[in-house]
Amino acid sequence: MQETISFAPQLGQSTIAQWLWLIPAVPILASGVIAVSKQPRRKTASALAIGSLGFSLLLALIAFAHVLSGWMNGEAVRETANFTWIQVGTSHVDLGWVLDPLSAVMLVMVTFVGLLIFIYSTGYMAHDENYTRFFCFLSLFAGAMLGVVIANSILLLFMCWELVGLTSYLLIGFWYQKPSAAAAAKKAFLTTRVGDVFFLLGIVWLFGQTGTLLFYNGGAGSMESHALLGLLLERSAFGLSAAGAIGLLIFAGAAGKSGQFPLHVWLPDAMEGPTPVSALIHAATMVAAGVYLIARVYPLMQAGALAGGTTTALTVVTWVGAFTAVFAALIAVAQNDIKRILAYSTVSQLGYMMAGLGMGGVAVGMFHLITHAFFKALLFMGAGSVIHGCHEEQDIRRMGGLKSTMRVTFLTYSTGMLALCGFPLLFSGFWSKDGILEAAQHFSLSKGPFYMLVFGALLTAFYMTRQMSYVFFGNYRGHGHAHESPKSMTMPLAILAFFAIALGAIGTPAWPWFRAFLESKAVSFEWSGFSEPGLMALMGTSTVVVLLGLSLGWWLYGNRSPRADEPDVLEAAAPLPWKWLSDRLYVDEFYGLTVIAFYSWWARVADWFDRRVWGGIVAAVAWVFSWWAQLNRFLDANVVDGSFDKGCEELSTGGGLLSRVQSGRVQTYLRLLALAVIVLAAILIWSSRA
Amino acid sequence: MSFVFYFIAALSVAGALAAVLLKNTVHCALALTVAFAGLAMMFLELDAQFAGFAQILIYIGAVAILVVFAILLTRGSETPTDGVFSRKPLIGLVTAAGIFAVLGWAVLHSTQVLPHEMTKPTVTVMDIGNALMGRYVLPLEIVALLLTAALIGAVIVAMHEKAGAR
Amino acid sequence: MNPSVNPLTGYLLVAALLFAIGLAGALTRRNAILVLIGIELMLNAANLNLIAFWRYGPHPEALTGMMFAIFSIAVAAAEAAVGLGLVIQIHRHAKTTDLDAMNRMKG
Repeated sequence: MQETISFAPQLGQSTIAQWLWLIPAVPILASGVIAVSKQPRRKTASALAIGSLGFSLLLALIAFAHVLSGWMNGEAVRETANFTWIQVGTSHVDLGWVLDPLSAVMLVMVTFVGLLIFIYSTGYMAHDENYTRFFCFLSLFAGAMLGVVIANSILLLFMCWELVGLTSYLLIGFWYQKPSAAAAAKKAFLTTRVGDVFFLLGIVWLFGQTGTLLFYNGGAGSMESHALLGLLLERSAFGLSAAGAIGLLIFAGAAGKSGQFPLHVWLPDAMEGPTPVSALIHAATMVAAGVYLIARVYPLMQAGALAGGTTTALTVVTWVGAFTAVFAALIAVAQNDIKRILAYSTVSQLGYMMAGLGMGGVAVGMFHLITHAFFKALLFMGAGSVIHGCHEEQDIRRMGGLKSTMRVTFLTYSTGMLALCGFPLLFSGFWSKDGILEAAQHFSLSKGPFYMLVFGALLTAFYMTRQMSYVFFGNYRGHGHAHESPKSMTMPLAILAFFAIALGAIGTPAWPWFRAFLESKAVSFEWSGFSEPGLMALMGTSTVVVLLGLSLGWWLYGNRSPRADEPDVLEAAAPLPWKWLSDRLYVDEFYGLTVIAFYSWWARVADWFDRRVWGGIVAAVAWVFSWWAQLNRFLDANVVDGSFDKGCEELSTGGGLLSRVQSGRVQTYLRLLALAVIVLAAILIWSSRA
Repeated sequence: MSFVFYFIAALSVAGALAAVLLKNTVHCALALTVAFAGLAMMFLELDAQFAGFAQILIYIGAVAILVVFAILLTRGSETPTDGVFSRKPLIGLVTAAGIFAVLGWAVLHSTQVLPHEMTKPTVTVMDIGNALMGRYVLPLEIVALLLTAALIGAVIVAMHEKAGAR
Repeated sequence: MNPSVNPLTGYLLVAALLFAIGLAGALTRRNAILVLIGIELMLNAANLNLIAFWRYGPHPEALTGMMFAIFSIAVAAAEAAVGLGLVIQIHRHAKTTDLDAMNRMKG
């Protein structure tokens, strides 16, 4: 159901396209300035960070307006600005950035949500002593993420990708004194690294095959038809074309970053970081980077698809996404940490996005990404507000009854929760999720993903209701008094809540503006959009599923307030499956037994080798040298010095001996003279005779 | 080789030997005088009458007396206590023997042609005087100078130290 | 190489013998004066050589040999005077004429 985009030839570069690089550069610069400034300057740090991101937002809005105006004039805008970074002989390494509807939408989302979270952080991190460091890292992250968004060169994308991973590590491990936080940061970095290895392989293969690093380069880019054709013709292993294989490799990188099964294990642990970090990075932006990457290289993923069909790469993306959606939703049911439930929810929704991309195309997946960014950030920030209000308590069994004590938080949180569940009509999540379900319904290969995604929706509604009832309903089981959070924290919540509702409007079937914008097609408001066959039935099905989940959750949990030592209702009913789910289905343990066990064994082998073999060699060499040195010393002291001393002694003795010739007695001299005369005379006589 | 020659030769050699070997230094000086006399006779035998008489006058008359005076002035007449020969006299004897061997060998093994063996040269004092004033005037003057210097030198060297210091 | 025994040879041998004896005396005797005696003997032997060669050599009328011998005698006399003067001076200084004792130039 996806038509290839036909775009108009590249226009002359507009001013905003030329200055697009400022959008990531300014936050990175701000980060650098904060890094070298003194620690106590808190106001300066946050002002710099917020100011730089505000500036980036401004530029992003200008860029968006530019693309919008182009779209309204009926043109497909895709402006690139490329330059050569390194030139070695004939091959050159190019960098560049691109401004098209996809990047414009993403830019606005990232800067806007990011700015709100920055403002939120000034309140949330007000009591933290490493306030400036936090903003330094946040700013760096923002710059790197924006770099990923605008990158036209796959190398630049990778560089910013790695930078994003680095800042994620720094921010997860922000409270590095906590061993769990440090371990979580390391886990996040290493797990995404696994994906990144495959990503790098894909990059190298792509570069080798197409000869260019740029996506769009006036016909010569790797996402343009000439290169794609070449990739399709090249065969690789398992019956895949080069395009398919590279697509799978790139998906592996995206899977790592976006927490798809089996590389999802780092995301729940990443909740060790401060809540703004979880909101920004692990809900709205960084994890979305993987989805964005797939959207960016979609022409590659889709290359070779016949009309109405799909490619191997996209099929893999679909199945992995669908499986992850259900898998994570199941685990989320049995978690007791407020942030961990949201983390697994994020994993699940990312699975939805991937499935949407796989089955429905760029617009479907990206729409869910945008709406998810808003309501998930809202949910996380609301959770942060709750944690803050309950005095740093994170276990939902020790909360409760907050709907009266934290009204604003409750209202905004419910908005986000309903959006996530996909409550019909009013909330954006309904429209974006329905877009995915519709694509799944029309998926030609199998109906499996559809059923999985529907089941996932049921579970989503269920576990979110459970969480809400634990946290906001019933009576308060925590310590101290719960209090509402300051304005700096609740204001962003309100703004996000507004968008959680409003964004739905741009994706309804009556006015599919989002899709049209991304695909550079014309759009108009038509009620007939609803009369597509099967659409109303689907909307009805999803409504039923959501209501079923909500009511099931409410019926089981409702106003009940089980304390921490009491078992959960479901746990009492089915203790063993509950235990499996609450133990996160043992993926981490599996890794621990296989990968990590192997790795530590290998590390021990290497250590033994290093100490015994290489160390032995080094010690042997050192011993040889020391022996040689001693030999030299011996020779020097005895042979050289000795011989020298001996020589001098001999000389002295010889001199003594020779001086005896000078006896001082005349007759001795005379004798010698006479002897000499004899010899001389003899010689003379003999020679004269001869 | 006439008997005269052998006699004179024997006398000279005996005197020389005695001069070198005797213990008493004065006896040595006297033996030296005998050797000088022998040599003078040899000069006469060789028809070098002037040389011979000059030898007697100067050597026996002056040098030998001088030697005796020196001996007497240095108490050489006393018999030395630890022997007259120096330590290790062998080298000296061997060297002297070597010299004699070489010279003798040279003499004996060379062929000589003697054109004037039988003719006696007649040398008058006038001839000698002419030669001294003619051909050999320069050596004469030099020898005169030498003798003057030697005279002065000997006097200065042998002066008493008190006089020398002043 | 036929050795010719003629008067000259005799004189030359005697001269050589005298020379050797004088040398032996100069080299072996302890007393400084006896060394000078030995030197005188050597000089005399040389004079004998000169006269013998003058007599039996070519051109005896040139008087070369005789002149040489006379000058030699004169020089010998001068040398004996100075030498003995030196010996006397040494004797005054060191109270001995023993050559073995005079080794202040010992190296």
